[in-house]
Amino acid sequence: MTSAKKSVPPRAEKLVFDVNPVLNERPTHYCPGCHHGIAHRLVSEALHELGVADRTILVASVGCAAFTYDYFNVDSVEAPHGRACAVATGVRRARPGAVVFTYQGDGDMAAIGTAESLHAANRGEKITAVFINNTVYGMTGGQMAPTTLLGQKTTTSRRGRDFDNEGGPIRLTEIMAQLQGVAYAARCALDSVKHVKEAKKAVRRAFDAQIAGLGFGFVELLSSCPTNWHMDPVAANRHIAEEMIPVFPLGVFRDVMKEKGNA
Amino acid sequence: MSRIQILEERCKGCRLCVEACPTGVLRPSGRFNHQGYEVMEADGQCVGCASCAVMCPDTAIRVFKSVKGAAA
Amino acid sequence: MTAGQSDRILVKGNEAIAYGAVDAGLKCYFGYPITPQNEIPEMLSVLLPEAGGVFVQAESEVGAVNMLLGAGACGVPAMTSSSSCGISLMQEGISFLAGSHVPGVIVNMARGGPGLGDLGPSQGDYFQAVKGGGHGDHRNLVLAPATAQECYDFMFKAFALAFAYRNPVMVLGDAVVAQIKEPVQRVPPAGAVKAEHLQFLVRDQRIEGYGARGKTAAPRLLKSVYLAEGELAERNRLLQRKYADMRKEVLFECEDVDDAELIVVAFGSIGRTARGAVRRLRGENRKVGLFRPVTLYPFPDEALQKLAPGRRFLVMEQNIGQMMEDVRLAVNGVSPVHWHGVMPGLFVSANELVEPILRVLGGQSGSN
Repeated sequence: MTSAKKSVPPRAEKLVFDVNPVLNERPTHYCPGCHHGIAHRLVSEALHELGVADRTILVASVGCAAFTYDYFNVDSVEAPHGRACAVATGVRRARPGAVVFTYQGDGDMAAIGTAESLHAANRGEKITAVFINNTVYGMTGGQMAPTTLLGQKTTTSRRGRDFDNEGGPIRLTEIMAQLQGVAYAARCALDSVKHVKEAKKAVRRAFDAQIAGLGFGFVELLSSCPTNWHMDPVAANRHIAEEMIPVFPLGVFRDVMKEKGNA
Repeated sequence: MSRIQILEERCKGCRLCVEACPTGVLRPSGRFNHQGYEVMEADGQCVGCASCAVMCPDTAIRVFKSVKGAAA
Repeated sequence: MTAGQSDRILVKGNEAIAYGAVDAGLKCYFGYPITPQNEIPEMLSVLLPEAGGVFVQAESEVGAVNMLLGAGACGVPAMTSSSSCGISLMQEGISFLAGSHVPGVIVNMARGGPGLGDLGPSQGDYFQAVKGGGHGDHRNLVLAPATAQECYDFMFKAFALAFAYRNPVMVLGDAVVAQIKEPVQRVPPAGAVKAEHLQFLVRDQRIEGYGARGKTAAPRLLKSVYLAEGELAERNRLLQRKYADMRKEVLFECEDVDDAELIVVAFGSIGRTARGAVRRLRGENRKVGLFRPVTLYPFPDEALQKLAPGRRFLVMEQNIGQMMEDVRLAVNGVSPVHWHGVMPGLFVSANELVEPILRVLGGQSGSN
């Protein structure tokens, strides 16, 4: 019941939650309360449960998640900003037996990399793309993202994002779900225990789709950026529930496995 | 009774676990780790639901659940 | 090739590139259509799948070069091809290939520029090809074929160099090289590295999923970012040592230079046209020779230095004056270096190059 320092259970008990071996022990560089760590864990658990880490290749992107490869025990390659889905295409075509995933933020996936992301999806590349949407450019210091909410203040939309000048937030999962090559597309949030558990299933499903050879697996995770939202982590989670989810509805937008009765 | 183990060097003191715990087991400890973060501690009736670990962004929590009927 | 088919084929330079690439061991092609190189993707879309490889038409040159980065990181012989504007779009990816030590072959069948330019021949991409092209201190190995036969042969060389140095290799031609149809001997050139050997060369550096190296093998990472102080400096020193090693790969062709008073320096299609002009003047007992750089990087500067004393040079190129600078750096003031430029987009005959050579022989300077 107390935070014991020794790891040996003192009596009959079962370890029900632990770090899995696909994530290494290195503490992350992410800010306190940042959801990247949760997303990393969900991806690592999917790879661990599927038993595919030893044939998995991570294509890293540019943004706060640029150093994702520091935490995953898998082979990795770095992509230029926005090009992760193109690099992943090359990897998967060159190594058809590999499990390939990209891990990209909103700037990387939905601004500079829109063409590469949509076309990899449209070709039905057998890769999984994990899309972290926190409505802001974190690594560069809090600039406006393609997903920034209307009225949201960032360092490049100081009076709040104004539709007349900056347009509105892009709902990428809905766009992805229109494409024939996409086998699975879902949007989840990481703001609550319930939502994280749903997200875990979605991440797993986005890998199942790839491994079954059905096409492109896509999962958008609404995540917090307490630092650039200027909120404490608990308030940031409330912001996701109250401000983000109404704009970015949660749900599974496409699931070819289910359509084929392979739920 | 169930319990959790906090890997103090991984903890960043974000308190998402405190918010997630249904029985109020977690609280700030007043101690700081080598990264300079105030680490959490657990004291109370842990039910082993793992909500804290599910929300922890730093995989800093292990959860042990007591096994019913097992010899002590 | 199927049995009974002749080894001698009549093809365009572009088609020779496609045959050469497949015969050299190409496994993955990624590209986006652009004139005057379209026969390369068109042919490979048939040839490569037949040979068990992968052909992907990318959404853009940006997509194509990054697919090349992914396949190259896996240690698989991969290439892309494009023309000037498209090659400009690829420069970020080429810099990443160089910075991450990833092999890849890029064919540029250049067209006139700047901007959209025209579809005619041009050597206006010389600087972009040989000075790095992308950001940061990187270099590409650059091969400049002048004939369809060289287009075929140089694909073997390109893959061998890309894998030996884990570096981007550019094959730089133009509309003339790409479109002239001529006989090609479809036989691997002597000493060509066997296709199976290419992947062996990078077996210790490729990404593949660590399980391929054993259940407990350490994960591998290919990257170009080095943020900690001093790390990038070390990385750049390593790259510079590699570029110094590449100097031994220098290739050039000399004709009638021993007793020449004037040496014409020209590469690629203009090198071929200038040869015609030089041969005609030799027929008139003029003491003229030809020096044709075949690798543009590394540049054959030592060979030019050795030839310099007592001779003059005339650089002929289809741009507004680019290789001229490298020849002047090589000669370093020891002899005069004249220049005659052909404007990008024009088609020039050997006869038209005779007069400028005569002018310089007669004591006048070069011109365009």
